[in-house]
Amino acid sequence: MANLTLIQAVNDGLKAAMRDDPTTLVFGEDVGPKGGVFLATEGLTAEFGEERCFDTPLSEDGIIGTAIGMAANGLRPIAEIQFQDFIFPAFDQIVSEAAKLRYRSGGQYTAPMVIRTPYGGGIRGGLYHSQSGEAYFSHTPGLKVVIPSTPHDAKGLLIAAINDPDPVLFMEPKALYRSVKGEVPEGSYTVELSTLRTVREGKDVTVFCYGAMVPVVERAAATAAESGIECNIVDLRTLMPLDEEGVLEAAKSTGRVVTVHEAPRFCGYGAEISAMIAENVIEYMEAPIRRVTGFDTPFPNTLEHHYLPDERRVLDAIEAVHSF
Amino acid sequence: MDSNEAYSLIDADGQPRSKFTCALSDDELKRCFESMLSVRSFDDICIKLQRGGRIGFSIPNTGVEATQVGAAAALRDGDHIFPSYRDFGMALHKGVAAVEMFHNMFGNGRDAAQGRQMPVHFSFVEPVHFFSISSPIGTHIPQAVGAAHAFTMRGESHAALASFGDGGTSSCGFHSGLNFAAVMKAPVVFLCQNNGWAISCPSSRQTGSESYAIKAKAYGMPGIKVDGNDVLAVHQVVSEALERARSGEGPTLVEAETYRMGGHSTSDDPSKYVPKEILDHWAALDPIKRLRGYLESRDLWAQEWEDELVARLSAEHAAAAKEAEAEAPPGLETIFSDVFESLPDHLRKQGEAVFDLARRKGDAAAGEGAFPL
Repeated sequence: MANLTLIQAVNDGLKAAMRDDPTTLVFGEDVGPKGGVFLATEGLTAEFGEERCFDTPLSEDGIIGTAIGMAANGLRPIAEIQFQDFIFPAFDQIVSEAAKLRYRSGGQYTAPMVIRTPYGGGIRGGLYHSQSGEAYFSHTPGLKVVIPSTPHDAKGLLIAAINDPDPVLFMEPKALYRSVKGEVPEGSYTVELSTLRTVREGKDVTVFCYGAMVPVVERAAATAAESGIECNIVDLRTLMPLDEEGVLEAAKSTGRVVTVHEAPRFCGYGAEISAMIAENVIEYMEAPIRRVTGFDTPFPNTLEHHYLPDERRVLDAIEAVHSF
Repeated sequence: MDSNEAYSLIDADGQPRSKFTCALSDDELKRCFESMLSVRSFDDICIKLQRGGRIGFSIPNTGVEATQVGAAAALRDGDHIFPSYRDFGMALHKGVAAVEMFHNMFGNGRDAAQGRQMPVHFSFVEPVHFFSISSPIGTHIPQAVGAAHAFTMRGESHAALASFGDGGTSSCGFHSGLNFAAVMKAPVVFLCQNNGWAISCPSSRQTGSESYAIKAKAYGMPGIKVDGNDVLAVHQVVSEALERARSGEGPTLVEAETYRMGGHSTSDDPSKYVPKEILDHWAALDPIKRLRGYLESRDLWAQEWEDELVARLSAEHAAAAKEAEAEAPPGLETIFSDVFESLPDHLRKQGEAVFDLARRKGDAAAGEGAFPL
């Protein structure tokens, strides 16, 4: 076991996967000798050579397009999109191509590949270095969407995503890259996709969250506990395919639900969780389901701390559903 | 070769423009001729089936047979084709059985893609890697580069052929694909079939460049313009480009000048926008007529042989269409399979709900919608 930051765990996971499987290769913008703008790919070119970790031209469409061709022809590409905000030139390749290839060819061609990308706010990145686009991608049949929140999960989920036979969008909460540390096993291990993680057990309010919101929710829950409200915190970890049964069970266990994400509210992931609960287990609900989210605005720079759900906003929602 | 002058070996009557050694054997030449007739036969039957309301849609390939067959003839076993939707001549020439193609045209339960795609959106892995066709334009161009790079990584001497139209050169995939290929020195050949039209938009609406081939220069690769209705010239130029690819010299852009003699699709009326005199000009350059003339000059052609070929192909295609039409449609469960390798719970539940509703309320009725493009 090593005590690693989340970004170190990603780096460790990439190395483990590349040592295990010679068909894996890592590429993207500045991922080579520089090791990536966040250093997620540090040391890969040195260890695995330029053939297996290399810089590409500055074109997200080209990065994902070539990755699909590599994946369809026997390689295991792990492509990096430098910021999730820059992924949209590749939206066509991800949505129309990678996600649909198995379906449209009856499994004759598949795209087992991972797209790693840092997402989310909290680094004063403004409109174009802060967005959380998970809803667009979770809405795309054929694409898996994974978001870790701890170093242990980052490595284990990343290796599981690389081993997965389908395309996986692996969204890394860049606000947590260096702000969380944790024990990470040496070598290769996986955390199964489509499984939830119970972050904290509690009988009063269930809070669903993922990625960079998990520590925020943990802090709010700790404060809530001081006034006797025990929160059941669920880290979704895989947004597509989601462990729906697990979500419904967790919702039923308290009858009071809050969802938290930093992405905009309208058609956001919290709306899906809320609808799922309303359709299936509404009879267990003791209070309206509350969503704590970013606003339906572009992501502001100077005032980002107001845009991002913080401990106050999460606590406010927890108290509201608890006292309803 | 000058990128502004289309390379051509035989003239409008199939006679050698100057003395040359044909790279194709007598049998290969005759096989090319048969494939070109096969494309036209397949086209004719599909148009009739569409007009008769038996299939919903087709994409005519008449007029561009020489480009497709010449390029396909240049490929070796193990090479991968990344086709556009107007490329089925390549599949026919590489030995894909017509019935397999008709399974797609009818979208039946024996279609590899289980009727999920529109007609003409083929996908084959045997006897040739004919990559699953996508409707969005140009997306397959960088994918071909990735597949080609996989050959390099494994030390294999195969190459990828990416085929697209003049409209495809306007797509972001064209730019990223050529740019990546040149940087990566990928073993790939880009075949631009300049057939004059992108649905109703003429080539002048796609580029201000003096040609498509010349675009290669800025990417750092050779660009060669070839007479796309001369199957021998296409074969030679694409063969040389593939050889460059295999020997590690990187990609090539080939622009084949040809002409789409039919509509964009069976839903399109080209008489609204294609001037008749241009059609007459290109009819005189018909690729089948030209190869026929060349074969005749080599004593490789006889009217009876062609008559027999046409009759056999027509009968084979009609029988294949009949067989495909008689096949049952895909099972309802195929809506939900192949989204992922294994069926996730939410799709299993959605599928069960469909079956449950059908039990309680009867089957859904097929719509009457006709495809507009």
